[in-house]
Amino acid sequence: MKNEAVFIFSNQLMDYKFGANHPFDQKRIQITMDLLDKANALKKEHIIPPRMATDEELELIHDPDFINAVKLAGKGKLTGSEALKYGLGTEDTPIFEKMHEASALVVGGALEAADYVMTGKAEHALHLAGGLHHSMKDRASGFCVYNDCSVAIRYIREKYQAKVLYIDTDAHHGDGVQWCFYDDPMVCTVSIHETGRYLFPGTGNVFERGHGRGYGFSFNFPLDAYTEDESWLYAYRRAIMEIADYFKPDVLFTQNGADAHYYDPLTHLSTTMEIYRVIPKLAHQIAHQYCKGRWIAVGGGGYDIWRVVPRAWSLLWLEMTGQVRKGSLPQEWIETWQPQSPVQLPKEWDDPLDLYPPIPRKKEIEEKNRRTVHQVLQWLESRK
Amino acid sequence: MKIEDAMISPVFTLKRDNTIRDALHLIEEKGIRHIPIVDDGNQVIGIVTERDLRSALPSVFFRSIEGEDVLERPLESIMNKDVITAHPLDFLEEASLLFYKYQIGCLPIVKENQLVGIITATDVLRTFLELTGASQPGSQMEIRIENRPGELEKILHRISEKQMNIHSILIYPDPKSKIHKIVVIRIETINPNPLADLLRQDGFQVLWPKGVNA
Repeated sequence: MKNEAVFIFSNQLMDYKFGANHPFDQKRIQITMDLLDKANALKKEHIIPPRMATDEELELIHDPDFINAVKLAGKGKLTGSEALKYGLGTEDTPIFEKMHEASALVVGGALEAADYVMTGKAEHALHLAGGLHHSMKDRASGFCVYNDCSVAIRYIREKYQAKVLYIDTDAHHGDGVQWCFYDDPMVCTVSIHETGRYLFPGTGNVFERGHGRGYGFSFNFPLDAYTEDESWLYAYRRAIMEIADYFKPDVLFTQNGADAHYYDPLTHLSTTMEIYRVIPKLAHQIAHQYCKGRWIAVGGGGYDIWRVVPRAWSLLWLEMTGQVRKGSLPQEWIETWQPQSPVQLPKEWDDPLDLYPPIPRKKEIEEKNRRTVHQVLQWLESRK
Repeated sequence: MKIEDAMISPVFTLKRDNTIRDALHLIEEKGIRHIPIVDDGNQVIGIVTERDLRSALPSVFFRSIEGEDVLERPLESIMNKDVITAHPLDFLEEASLLFYKYQIGCLPIVKENQLVGIITATDVLRTFLELTGASQPGSQMEIRIENRPGELEKILHRISEKQMNIHSILIYPDPKSKIHKIVVIRIETINPNPLADLLRQDGFQVLWPKGVNA
């Protein structure tokens, strides 16, 4: 029987680890899986281990020099100045033991997810350790060593010749993936993020629309700092419905960074758990409407690993598998993790309405975001 | 930065006896707005802008009026002969000043009496944008410092301690206070918070990123 969805995981994925006190912490996957387990929503038979990506597969995107540098770094054999040329050994991407193996496994997880979905062994696949969307072909960047999204998308292009719609809802612009497919009309990238005026990586402007034959296949929705649910969702709904209808993808690939939440320490958006209910819901709908269900979802950012990521990513899996959870979180889950958590864990699946004080510039921000959405989409409308 | 690093070359040009029709065609085809007019020796003798061409045409409301076909007139009859030019080794700042002072949109670049390039106000703007490092992955930090020697050094020292790479630094007078300056730094990091905290501890007024309790 065909699986509805598979969950890519093995403990080796936890080896992608930059060390204590680093904000990128895969412990969040463990906390998420425990929440799903205690909510009785994740079964052993759903879980599929990742495979290791080969060098040849990594070279679908990455330069051999860079791969070699990562290998040497992981063995402690790369000098400091040589490392910096590849974005390694920085505060963002410190060198750690066996970093090549850990990073290639993250990519392999995305390839495994792609194979499951493209061969029809499963309709959907979730790979929470993936989503490393900042990595460039020759450089690690923003906590990302190898770009599992880019490698998997090119793999899908070459092996299955499918048109890929990439939707990135991480609070940071999905720059690495965008630049990889900037001149490719068969891969449409969509990124909804906090404006890059201050926030990393700084790109993701409305006017970045693609290049050459790929012009019109990159879409960027930079939203103002302090954007709230309603305005964020307005952008998301309009963006993905209109773009899916225009592009008519064969497969949907979503990057599900969970760092647009009010609590996230690295970004300045003001959304709540509400958007993490709607994001997968609409993605799911698009997957069935255009792609015969084919949907690969990966993780991404998400730096409040206690109050935000476990709930957000659980909601993603619940949507993927057609399950619903509302109201109180399992008491056992709270009891398990509260002793370790530096903050009070939430008690409910959804956030309270008074999560944060009112935003003074609310109206202005909403108006600005509406204009942004209009600016991006008017190009599509002008072609109808 | 010198103009030669930002100018566009080669340049689309026309001769004095080319027609307004030729010029409109060139502007349309190449997506440009300015055409230098050169003589047979590639010396600039005039310039025709898109606006000159449009104002030479009859109003859309009077297109049907019969008369001389303006499209066949030579460019000599409408070109501006008082052309302001610049040299490839001039600084971009000087070019910007000319745009501002004469309210013009482009400068033909001339070396040894030969037209070698062209730079428009848009090219200057794009170049300044690149100078701010906006095209490299990074975070932007804004700090208000006191206008006295040594302040910037303290900030840079902290950045260097953190092994962070700097894309660009811009310093400008604080419009709200004569004794302060604003420093804008683009740093190659996704997480500027620890650096911002450190600078706050040093007593700096970090305007962005805002602290957790801000």
